[in-house]
Amino acid sequence: MIALHDSPEIYLMIAGLLFALGVYGLLRRRTLIGMLISGELIFSAASLNFMTFNRFLAPDPAVGQVFVLFIMGLAAAEVAIALSIIISVYRNYRSINPKELSELNG
Amino acid sequence: MSEFPGADFIVTGIFAVVLATTLGGALIAVFSTRLIRSVSGLALCCIGLAGLYYFLHSPFLALMEILIYVGAVCVTIVFALMLAEPDEPPVTKAQRRGTMWWGGGALLVGGLLFVMLVRLGAGMPGEAPVERVTDGSVAAIGVALLSTYSLAFEMISLVLLVAILGALVIARPGRSNP
Repeated sequence: MIALHDSPEIYLMIAGLLFALGVYGLLRRRTLIGMLISGELIFSAASLNFMTFNRFLAPDPAVGQVFVLFIMGLAAAEVAIALSIIISVYRNYRSINPKELSELNG
Repeated sequence: MSEFPGADFIVTGIFAVVLATTLGGALIAVFSTRLIRSVSGLALCCIGLAGLYYFLHSPFLALMEILIYVGAVCVTIVFALMLAEPDEPPVTKAQRRGTMWWGGGALLVGGLLFVMLVRLGAGMPGEAPVERVTDGSVAAIGVALLSTYSLAFEMISLVLLVAILGALVIARPGRSNP
């Protein structure tokens, strides 16, 4: 019997679930920070997918790990920028509800 | 597998715990109404993901996941929560219908994506490679990072520098006159 943690399907399934939850949260949330958190879930799903294929199919197992490291660095940079934008938006509008940020809305 | 009695069961049990942590954290992150709980769910999900990375033969990335996501990203989001408005505004009567439609539509999109991804993933796994070039250890990652991927490595440091400066530039004005 092959162990559950040694088959790629279970990891791909978790990655799919994380991605679907992230997209659901991105659509449903009504605050910018909530949308950012859902975006992080999508990043995690992508990283897990990379790691799965890296573990089971890649001839060079270092490549996927390097890629996931880069994804983590980009996610950290994205969070820093997004949070500073959110804080400055909150300072100007007194709200982080995306519906009220409609000044550029023609 | 190994000599230790019941080692398989222990490993499977730990895997189940890790799996439950990941999924539970993601569910909390998406479905809770208070944003602080949502951030805590994200942290929980990242701890579970670190365990999954460990099961995927990469202890280095498990460490990095905890260090970067739990230690940096979640803490930064918590700080932003303390500075900005913490919670979603309550739904008014007039908005309720639209919100329900919107939530149902989002659920439908998410469910469809999940089903399609699972169907895609079930047929996907091909053959394992006959021979591994490296062993995927930390030493191999370091060599790859500083030889093949050195340009990308330098670029990501540049991106991080620009992100820090940009965050300062964006969030700085208006401090003196709130």
